Amino acid sequence: MSTTTEKPPAATSNPKYFGRAMKRVEDPRLLKGIATYVDDLKLTGMLHAEFVRSPYANANIRSINTEAAKQLPGVIGVFTGADINEKAGTIPCASPLPGGKSPVHTALAGARVYFVGHPVAVVVAKTRAIARDALELVEIDYEALPAVTDAEKALENDSPLTHPELGTNIAFTWGLAGGDIEAAFNEADRVLKLRINHQRLTPMALEPRGCAASWHAGESSLTLYTSTQVPHLLRTLLPGMIGIPENKLRVVAPEVGGGFGSKLNLYAEEAVVCHLAMLLNQPVKWIESRRENAAATIHGRDQIGDHEVAVKNDGTVLAIRSKIIADIGSYLQLLTPAIPTLTGLMIGGCYKLKAVKVDVTGVHTNKVATDAYRGAGRPEATYIIERVMDYVAAELGQDRLQVRLKNMPGSGEFPFTTATGLQYDSGNYQAALEKAQELAQWPRLLKEQENARAEGRLFGIGISTYVEICALGPSKIMAAGGWEWGCVRIEISGKVTVITGTTPHGQGQETSFAQIAADRLGIPIEDIVVLRGDTATAHFGRDTYGSRATALGGTAIAMSIDKIIEKTKTLAGALLEAAPADIEFANGKFFVRGAEAKSIGWGQLASEAYVAKNLPPGFEPGLEASSFFEPPNCTFPFGTHICAVEADRETGQVKILKYTAVDDCGKQVNPLLIEGQVQGGIAQSLGAALMERTVYDENGQLLTGEFMDYAIPRAVDIPEYALGSTETPSPSNLLGVKGVGEAGTIGATPCIGNA
Amino acid sequence: MNISVKIRVNGVLHEAEVEPRLLLAHFLRETCGLTGTHVGCETSVCGACTVLVDGQAVKSCTMFAVQADGAEVTTVEGLANGEMHPIQEGFWECHGLQCGYCTPGMMMTAMQLLERNEAPTRDEIRHALDGNLCRCTGYTHIIDAVEYAAKKGRA
Repeated sequence: MSTTTEKPPAATSNPKYFGRAMKRVEDPRLLKGIATYVDDLKLTGMLHAEFVRSPYANANIRSINTEAAKQLPGVIGVFTGADINEKAGTIPCASPLPGGKSPVHTALAGARVYFVGHPVAVVVAKTRAIARDALELVEIDYEALPAVTDAEKALENDSPLTHPELGTNIAFTWGLAGGDIEAAFNEADRVLKLRINHQRLTPMALEPRGCAASWHAGESSLTLYTSTQVPHLLRTLLPGMIGIPENKLRVVAPEVGGGFGSKLNLYAEEAVVCHLAMLLNQPVKWIESRRENAAATIHGRDQIGDHEVAVKNDGTVLAIRSKIIADIGSYLQLLTPAIPTLTGLMIGGCYKLKAVKVDVTGVHTNKVATDAYRGAGRPEATYIIERVMDYVAAELGQDRLQVRLKNMPGSGEFPFTTATGLQYDSGNYQAALEKAQELAQWPRLLKEQENARAEGRLFGIGISTYVEICALGPSKIMAAGGWEWGCVRIEISGKVTVITGTTPHGQGQETSFAQIAADRLGIPIEDIVVLRGDTATAHFGRDTYGSRATALGGTAIAMSIDKIIEKTKTLAGALLEAAPADIEFANGKFFVRGAEAKSIGWGQLASEAYVAKNLPPGFEPGLEASSFFEPPNCTFPFGTHICAVEADRETGQVKILKYTAVDDCGKQVNPLLIEGQVQGGIAQSLGAALMERTVYDENGQLLTGEFMDYAIPRAVDIPEYALGSTETPSPSNLLGVKGVGEAGTIGATPCIGNA
Repeated sequence: MNISVKIRVNGVLHEAEVEPRLLLAHFLRETCGLTGTHVGCETSVCGACTVLVDGQAVKSCTMFAVQADGAEVTTVEGLANGEMHPIQEGFWECHGLQCGYCTPGMMMTAMQLLERNEAPTRDEIRHALDGNLCRCTGYTHIIDAVEYAAKKGRA
């Protein structure tokens, strides 16, 4: 049998949809206000849960009195850690590092609380209002303890301990060394040192988290509806925690109102709500408030790094040696330790460093855990190396574009192996840089700066040339499978159902996956429906994070279509009285080679395949195929961002005058959606550069617990863009796509920082 | 003690006995079953819950249902009249939404802007949307969408 995965069928060589800016099929329901988010669900007999949370960062719980709350009319029950922790399991970390020390993470606090917002008890009532009233009636006697709030001080000998039972605040250490670091530093003409702080950020998806669980006593099965990016990971992890078999658990991610990594986790509340639904034999729903979202949903970043850079006087950057302290908060959530390791892996950026040495120390503090926030480790890496490049240029009195160009691999050097052992799949960094310079009107920009400075204005120009790692990833580097799954079903009518194991939550894959499928099948896009986000329909999946959905999920769909086409050739051959080897497929039609006029389409073939009266010998009825795509490598999108900013001398207010971005995410399925991802990513990055910082005071009180205190960008903060792209296909998947969900968040913060 | 209210929502009269503390947002979502109005912060900052009360854009998470007694309320479900409203069409054409959570409130605010100013500049649109947060789009496509709707409305 021919391997069509290596040679795409004729249909894709003449794309009608792939590559086209198309509006989204998912939009009408969202625009009409009739989409269903978790909070829109009404299940028969549904009860409402609210969590009592710690107001202290570090405290012993002396006693909990739930009697008054239980007496409130409408309250069904009040439960503490003593009541349910044994039944709700421990919250898992999927990426522990060897030698790391982690506390047992129970669903509700035990004898001690470790961060402001730590859930201590849960109230279940007939209405949400009653549950909220009852929260006030739960009496908890705390003994407040000194809080650990500064990761560097936490390493000192006399520091209080976040988790005394661990005997240290160090959760893990992790090192990475590639190339001969000593030789590189010996070769250097000079060594530059710099310290870079990546402040803690709060993801702030507009829809807070929330979930609803329904126990089906007759079947002993449970359905969990939850605002998550990862229903499949939850179905893998929850059964062992709440004590039901995997095949009795269905997880549904309905409409999800933004994630940005904050919903790439298994949270205590999900386990508790599942347990309560089983215990009470009634559906239970919990909806997070904004304040809870700021305090008890994961944060991102929070690293401090000391970096030494080995440089030659001609501008060659030889090596970087970094010591990074990551303030990871009180617990290890799903991927907490993995995030700073991504910083280490990508710290060389898009440059040919000879050697890299990175040592990361993960430190426990009395704050909520950090984990994957859009970019997840790569924005930190990019910020470091791009600041380094500007610093090197300034120290040597050289042009910062030239320093970058001098250190980049040429387009002929791909696949390019980095000092950290990654293999960058494809790239043309110079082309993106050149195009960005052109779009930004570089010479004119320099002139504008010169004029502005002559007038005494504070006018800066920033640049960053980034590379990132996407399409995570091969299973060998992932905790529990880095593949992705997809299924394609030609229905009896000839309509097509596509099922993806990825879980879009705003990215628009109901549209882009239909574009991929429509071209490959040669049918109108209107005939396709894309299903996602329900483990009962998408039997397998590793979900959506790390800009992986299109590169992996899209490929699994394309592979499934290719299998169906191969299978259908046998059926078409029988109907056309020709050998399958003589059957060709193009534009949705099967025909005998050279006799295109006499062809058969999907409608007739599907009918034959399912009615199954005239099938060739050995032909299995039906036209359905599913595929697991195991990628050979990650993908490495890249680009160049350039901005012009002006700072007000009086107020310090920074205004972005012009922003140019050229991003290369490989082949583009839908340029309109890509533009949306880039713009949204830049906005979050702009927030990180100029507006956002999560603040805990010295007692561990969260000072940025609402939108009033935590400034995310508003429409007035956003500049006009000049956006462009280059297209360097990825060799790592048959679609040639790379991923774009995080590019803006990775490229823009250093660009603004460098201005 | 419950209070009786009569509120006309998208042209339909809803009469109910409500707790005085019931927020208009929850009245719309729970009592009327109109879940297109979203609650994103409960502090009047994010604007996801924006609806029109007697033609004025109001954040329904900081208004009590009893305060809307006797009022005419328009929610996102009332925007389309058979066909999509030009604002909805603009958001669709210009990819003015990703996760869709902020979108209903964003469109209701845009509605009020276009009623007051049929040809706003991009900066005027930015300022009009200052009370509505979006974390996905970065706003540029939203501004495009409102411009589209303004042009379409004038055509």
